[in-house]
Amino acid sequence: MLLLGLVMTGGLYAAFSPATAQQAQTDAQLVEQGRELFLVGCSSCHGLNGEGVATEREGYNIGPSLVGVGAAAVDFQVATGRMPMASPSHQAPRKDPVYNDEEIAAMAAFVASLGPGPAIPSEEDYSVDGLSEEERQEAIVRGGQIFLTNCTACHNFNGSGGAMPRGGYAPSLKGVDEKHIYEAMLTGPQAMDVFSNGNIPPEAKRDVIAYLKSLEEEPEYGGFGLGGLGPVSEGLFAWLIGIGSLVGFAVWIAAHSTRSKKDKVEA
Amino acid sequence: MSIDTSKVAKSNATTAATAKKPSRAGGVATWADERLGLAGAMKKNLRKVFPDHWSFMLGEIALWSFVVLLLTGVFLTLWFNPSMSEVQYQGSYDQLRGVYMSEAMVSALDISFDVRGGLLMRQMHHWAAMIFIAAMMIHLMRVYFTGAFRKPRELNWVIGMLLLILGTLEGFTGYSLPDDLLSGTGVRAADGFMKSAPVVGTYLSFFLFGGEFPGDSIIPRLYIVHVLLIPGLLLALIAAHMLLLVYHKHTQWPGPGRTEENVVGYPMLPVYAAKAGGFFFIVFGVTALMGGFMTINPVWKYGPYDPSKVTAGSQPDWYMGWPDGALRIMPGWESEFLGVTLSWNVFLPILVLPILLFVIVLLLPFIEAWITGDKREHHLLQRPRNAPTRTAVMVALMTFYGLMWAAGGNDLIAIKLDLSINQITYFMRAAVFFGPLLAFWITRRWCISLQRHDQEKLLHGYETGIIMRSPEGGYSERHLPLAPARQYTLTARDRDEVYTLESDVDHNGVPAPGTRANRIRARLSAWLNAHNVQKPTREELEAAHHHAEHEAELQAGLDHSADGHQFDGHHAVEGEELRPRH
Repeated sequence: MLLLGLVMTGGLYAAFSPATAQQAQTDAQLVEQGRELFLVGCSSCHGLNGEGVATEREGYNIGPSLVGVGAAAVDFQVATGRMPMASPSHQAPRKDPVYNDEEIAAMAAFVASLGPGPAIPSEEDYSVDGLSEEERQEAIVRGGQIFLTNCTACHNFNGSGGAMPRGGYAPSLKGVDEKHIYEAMLTGPQAMDVFSNGNIPPEAKRDVIAYLKSLEEEPEYGGFGLGGLGPVSEGLFAWLIGIGSLVGFAVWIAAHSTRSKKDKVEA
Repeated sequence: MSIDTSKVAKSNATTAATAKKPSRAGGVATWADERLGLAGAMKKNLRKVFPDHWSFMLGEIALWSFVVLLLTGVFLTLWFNPSMSEVQYQGSYDQLRGVYMSEAMVSALDISFDVRGGLLMRQMHHWAAMIFIAAMMIHLMRVYFTGAFRKPRELNWVIGMLLLILGTLEGFTGYSLPDDLLSGTGVRAADGFMKSAPVVGTYLSFFLFGGEFPGDSIIPRLYIVHVLLIPGLLLALIAAHMLLLVYHKHTQWPGPGRTEENVVGYPMLPVYAAKAGGFFFIVFGVTALMGGFMTINPVWKYGPYDPSKVTAGSQPDWYMGWPDGALRIMPGWESEFLGVTLSWNVFLPILVLPILLFVIVLLLPFIEAWITGDKREHHLLQRPRNAPTRTAVMVALMTFYGLMWAAGGNDLIAIKLDLSINQITYFMRAAVFFGPLLAFWITRRWCISLQRHDQEKLLHGYETGIIMRSPEGGYSERHLPLAPARQYTLTARDRDEVYTLESDVDHNGVPAPGTRANRIRARLSAWLNAHNVQKPTREELEAAHHHAEHEAELQAGLDHSADGHQFDGHHAVEGEELRPRH
């Protein structure tokens, strides 16, 4: 047993030790690669060293400082296409990403090197796949309650999104990658609050994601969801489809007299 | 001496007739008639005549959706449990299993997931409620636009308004019952509205909730209001509304043979029984399809109510959307008075404004009757264009309503149309004042233009589309007179009279009583009717006809084939195969 332990320790050391050295080297290369990408694609707004570019007007900036935002923020902003921004505006919309995964990882490594910040979460952070059926069920229920308490005020009960002041908006959460939801909670992009691990613990974040995914997976029990936007879209459909079709039927009924032929008789 | 005639032949057939054995149905009918006297009542009412027009069936949509509401509502009461005791949900919906919630919410979820057909019934009930109130509103607009509210129908207008407000309250109480996040937010808002009333607000709220919000009695209380009190009132008022309809007889559009004394149409049985009965099944079918295919109020996604939670898109159902819009665009005015805060920002838009608008709409028939001084009965309808100011008043009210309504969905307009919610709010604050004025002006001018168009057609005929060239080379379009029936219909309206104050003193030279009121009345009368185009007088028509004859004489030398007016769609043409006859 002891022997086995020693062999394993040695073997593991042998296996990992050079790899770590190699890792350190590639990290430095990655940061360097990221820096170069950053200089080309990001520095015009965020500054050559990610220090941000302030405007002359006090308290405003062209791009904020990225020191301490962490790799998670870069991964969220760039991988969802929000950065680089299409145009200066109140909010960066989601669009097709400009950089590939490798480039994003490099930029994330560079920004992470500027100051300590949240790292990119790994799959076990946000996935409930490792849990038993019962634990998963509990996680979804718990996540639903956390979601309804903390998120729905902006993102709507269905995750369909909602309006924010001055043209801003909380985007729809439908079809958003689990990793990106986790990163958004961790880093609080744009108008969103930061939900730190002290505020919503990592497992609770995972549960919220599990709940959102369960909503996506469940069938629409009531039929077409009408956008999942609440009573306004329901009212719209009540008028357009409900009253619209019934008035149409009223016209149809009134247009038909007692004759079986279509000749209209002035009654 | 009496003769037994039962064996006497009643026909010239070859065999003598014998009395038939009374049929079983006939026997039952006789039995019932001898005890209930049905034959007399039925004889009259089964042949009751109703005129035919699509716009007369809008109120019927409301009636039939109310029947759907009663049917589905009874189904729902069999399972709904109006209790606020907290229990743990253990039903079929995974995402909420194990969550503590009120028994009302549990039963709403059970109806949705564990009662066979329950979700369909819930959704049908909700869709039918939306359609019920919408149908009442379009019915109201039809009645107003066509002048059907005039004497003797003013009281039916009042009953209709009561139905509308009761329907709205009924909808609101139903919206509040499931105790999900949305309905709880609505009840919380209602609590705030009540508390904004000066002096009595807090007392009202504590009275309704049995203490501080939310307490544990609001849902049982709203339930009994929803299933007993208001439906009872609605039923009674609907009965009164229908009885008055039968008593007054239905209004009809003017036309040849239609007068203020008759009703031209089809009898109740069999035509209207079939049409109206069929319409019930159509309304039922449309609601069933909507309930089956379109999600409404997915309570399972909202989750149970909890005062610490709220969701974006928390709006009331559409009929409460416009006061919500008023609330959303209201500036945050508050004032303090002896240490008491008066929340004008809530009190004015949500309590004062809806009541004010209700009273205005309620009084519209009486205001108009006072201005015109018209005491005659009216059973012939008016086309909206022939009452330009009245039509414009309703369009202005609709514009006000619509803008407020849009403001109630400002957040969704903002995200769906990429606008700023703040800019929408600023725009609406001005638009709710200027929009109705603009709409009033446009509508009135539009109506007057349409009246002029009618006048033009009466006096100079309709445009045939045939261009005539005179011997001098000038071009003109040929006009032909309208068919006499059409002319009759267009002119079957009264001339509007503008009331003028004859003298502000009575015959003794003393200032007459009520002069000030009459002066206002005169001014309003001019505002109401002075711009209208009146139908042509006999002299005008004769002069126009004379002119037309003169023109026809000028064109008399034309060869028939060059005429072409037989192809204008107003005449049947022998041997013409290209167009189908109609």
